[in-house]
Formats: sequence, C-alpha cells, structure tokens
Amino acid sequence: MLKDITLGQFFPGNTVVHRLDPRMKLVLTLIYITALFLAQGLFGYALMLGVLITCLALSRISPKTVLRGLRPVLFIILVTVILNVFFITGETILFEYRFIVITQEGLLTAAFMASRLLMLIVGTFLLTYTTSPIALTDGLEQMLSPLKKIRLPIHELAMMMSIALRFIPTLIEETDKIMSAQKARGADFDSGGLIKRAKAILPLIIPLFISAFRRADELATAMESRCYHGGEGRTRMKVLKSAPRDYMALLFGAVVIATVVLLRAAG
Amino acid sequence: MPLLRTEKLNHIYSAGTPFERVAVSDVNFAVEKGEYLGIIGATGSGKSTFIQHLNGLLKPTSGSVYYEGRNIHESKGYARETRFKVGLVFQYPEYQLFESTVFEDIAFGPKNMGLSEAEVRERVLEAAGFAGLKEAQLEKSPFELSGGEKRRAAIAGVIAMRPGVLILDEPTAGLDPQGRDEIVGNILNYKKAREATIIMVTHDMEEISRSVDRIVLFERGKIALEGTPAQVFSEVKLLNELGLSAPKVTLVAERLRELGLPLKKDIYMIEHLRDELKQLREARG
Ligand SMILES: Nc1ncnc2c1ncn2[C@@H]1O[C@H](COP(=O)(O)OP(=O)(O)O)[C@@H](O)[C@H]1O
Ligand SMILES: [Mg+2]
Repeated sequence: MLKDITLGQFFPGNTVVHRLDPRMKLVLTLIYITALFLAQGLFGYALMLGVLITCLALSRISPKTVLRGLRPVLFIILVTVILNVFFITGETILFEYRFIVITQEGLLTAAFMASRLLMLIVGTFLLTYTTSPIALTDGLEQMLSPLKKIRLPIHELAMMMSIALRFIPTLIEETDKIMSAQKARGADFDSGGLIKRAKAILPLIIPLFISAFRRADELATAMESRCYHGGEGRTRMKVLKSAPRDYMALLFGAVVIATVVLLRAAG
Repeated sequence: MPLLRTEKLNHIYSAGTPFERVAVSDVNFAVEKGEYLGIIGATGSGKSTFIQHLNGLLKPTSGSVYYEGRNIHESKGYARETRFKVGLVFQYPEYQLFESTVFEDIAFGPKNMGLSEAEVRERVLEAAGFAGLKEAQLEKSPFELSGGEKRRAAIAGVIAMRPGVLILDEPTAGLDPQGRDEIVGNILNYKKAREATIIMVTHDMEEISRSVDRIVLFERGKIALEGTPAQVFSEVKLLNELGLSAPKVTLVAERLRELGLPLKKDIYMIEHLRDELKQLREARG
C-alpha cells in the first residue's frame, strides 16, 4: 500500500535523538554530511559508519524501518555502482572482455561511493524520522530568519513547507481511498500499456485535485478566520530552547569532524 | 450455503512497522442470499476494513472470504469478477465522481465490465431510477449537483453494475433527515426489484431498527454481538458500554420499565411500544 512508504516520515519517540533541539539537529546533519565528504580511507569510513550506527541505536529506529526506507533509492545506488565499476580506469585489471574492463580501483571506488551514498541517505532519514515536520520547519525558519533582513520571505516559505508536509499523509490517505472506490467499480490501475494506464489514472487524479483545492480553500478560510496575517508580530506557543544535551551533541559533532580531518591529513 | 462467508478473517495494517494496527481479528461471518444485514459498531471498530474484504479490495492478512463457496482470491480473474457481483459503496462516495456528466460517471462501472453501449445505457437509466435521479440531471456535470444528489449519483454508479450483494458504508452520513429516508427507501427498492442482498454499515439506530433482518455488532475488530434487532437492542447496557445507543423508543421503554410498568424487553419500534401500552391499558380495564 501507498501508506507503507516511509521516506521522509516521522516516527514519534522520546529518545535523546528525538528530544534534541531541531536547530541543533539541522546543524549536526550538516556537520555529518560535511564529515562524510571529507572522510577518506577505510578508517574514515569505519568511523562514520560507527557514528551513524550509534545515532540509529540511540534513536531506537529499527533496522527494518531503515531498510524499507532505502528501497526506493536502491536503483540510484545501483546505477552509481555500475557506472563506477565500468568507467573508472586503473592499473590493476581484474577482468577484461572486449571493451569491458574491470579494475581494482574501479571496484574500490564503487564500494566507497555506494557506502557514502547509503550513509548520506540513512543519515538524513534519521533527521526526518526523529523530528516532527513542524519542529523541522520551525527550526529552519529560525535558523534562516536573519535572511529576512534582505527581504527573503522566510516565514512564508516555512509556512508553505509546513502546510505541504502536513498534507502529504492526508493526500496519500485520500489517494488510497479514491483508488479503492474506483477499483470497486472495476477500474484497473495496474495492467495494460502506457496509454491505457495514463487513461486509467484520470478517475484518480480528477477527484484528488478537486479535493486538494477544496482543502486549500477550507484551510485558507480557517486561517483567515483566526486572523492569520503573515509572520509579523507572531509569537510561538513552543519556543525553541537549547539544553545542555544540545551542546554535548555539538561537541560530539566537532570531535567527529576533527577526527575525520586528522585521519585525512595522516592518510 | 451462505452467499458470502468469511473464515477466521484477520487484517493488520502496516504490519511490521511501528504503526502496526490490528483492524479485524478472527471474524467468522456469513450472509444468506436476500438478507438485509446491518453492521454497527463504534468508530474505529473495523467495520470499513471488514467490508472491503467482502469484494476483495483488501486482501486478508490471514483467513479467507468465500463467495458462493469459492475463495475469492483463488485467481486474479475471480477476484475482479467478485467486485462486480459484490458492489461496494464507500463512505462519502460523492468524492469519487470524476466524469464530465453524471451519465458518464454512472456508466464507468458497466463500461469496465465490458458491456455493449446499448446495455450500458439501459443500466445507467435503470440505476439512476433506483437512486432517485431525474433524467434531466444525467446530462449535468456531477459537480453542479447538490450534496445529496451527488451521493445518489455515486450510489447509482455502483447499482449500475447490478451487484447481487450491495454493501454500503454509512450511506446516510451527513444527510438531512429527508435525504436519509429517501436513500434508505431507494436501497430497499433495489433490494426488492433485484432480490439483492444488502449489507449496510450505519450509525443510525432508528433506521437500522426498521429495515434490517439481522444486526452484527463490531467491537475492536471482532463481532461482539449478532442477532435480530429485537435481540441486539435488548442489550441496552452492553450497547451503552460500547459507546452506542439503542433506538430512542427502546430507551423510553427501558425507563418506563424502571418506573414499574411491566413492558417486554424487545421494544425497538414506536409501534411496539404503542401496542404494548394499549394492551396494558386494556388489561387494567
Ligand atoms: N488505511 C489504513 N491504514 C492504517 N490503519 C487504518 C487504515 N484504515 C483504518 N485503519 C485503522 O484500523 C482501525 C479500523 O478502522 P475502520 O475499519 O475504518 O473502522 P470503522 O469503519 O469501524 O470506523 C482503526 O483503528 C483505524 O485507525
Ligand atoms: Mg468506517
């Protein structure tokens, strides 16, 4: 079912990772990504893997969930691997057949690239798995708020993002429902050629659009009747506050990136 | 042999994730041809999930569904065939309308069945009649209709497949009393004309007490109680515990009994109470 897509989904919980300030989590994710790209050699990668696994364990996200989330991106990783294996040239040739040449360097690069990509994706999963969309956009809005000075509509962008995120599950549920209703009248969404399939999707798309517009309209009315008038002068019910654990986490991040840089310099 | 039957039916949503949820558990259920069955139960008790198994839309996590004695998931073809024989009207079906005219929308099901144009036309007109739509409305866009009319159009869209079993999920939710009575009347007409089997999920106890032969009560994915309206509505206490209520007349009779009138326990229609009270008066002279 559509519902089982876990990409970008939030799993509520009460672990240390869940409770970190969303701003700090955003910063830490950036640090993690930077460290991942700086990491070199077996030790660097092993360190990053260790960090990732520790964070996953702390957040109590089950490995099953992570694997399920990876399914949609497997194709991209596969393509990366194939490109690297066949197109990286090197000295140590392991296999040769006409124009196909596989080198040890190619295999190694492919393995590193794949693990880097995987770690990158799982790391960002960790952010969305443990942070509610609302907290995430709140954090983002506050971090970007200095840009308001140069007249970027940060509040509006954040509001649009939280509304969009809020309605993704609703729309998925609705899609499921309308699909079932049309199937009950014999609609067939999963057989036939391209044209037949494109046509078959109309009974799904039209009601979905109509309902999305209806919802948008209702939401706009609801916001206006509660006097929403943009970000100016708006205060928050939940003010983000940093706790000692946030600074601990930052320290941890700093140590990791410093180690990675040292390893790189040494290796 | 029952027309439609389930055996140890279980359904678990999002099995194996933190959102796992048992919606239907171990339900053994059977309905005979021509029966009018009501399904009641609190919100979230699994009614909607259960009925989506009866036409094969949902696959059971375990257990099976039999139509005329054949397992409906026996083959892909048979599962699809069952969808036309067991018509399912979803809750708020008006949100599934999509064609440019009401006629075309009602024709969607019959067309999917691969019927000829003439036959499709005949069925659409017949279904519109059953659902109480006027011929002039058929050429309109479905989005020009009123809420009640949209509901009728959507119900007609399922009736047009001439299902032997018609299942409706809260068909009267959100309608005014008149609209409610009309739709229930239409369903009854279809049942009589086609000798159809009807399964209706509802929250409207007054309505269900008048029309159905048998009531099945769902509670947390299980069948908690099953029987004639008289049997089910005599369990006022149990109904209350489950967050449901008996028809108002039953509650009035219950109160009168508490006050000392020797009334029967299975009063669920106003006529029953009237007759009982008459008898009591005559007995007292
Ligand atoms: N598509 C779905 N995905 C996950 N859980 C669902 C889904 N549909 C229903 N549920 C859950 O299953 C249970 C039964 O729901 P439902 O069959 O809709 O009950 P009812 O129709 O009696 O209100 C509820 O707890 C509901 O939250
Ligand atoms: Mg329901």
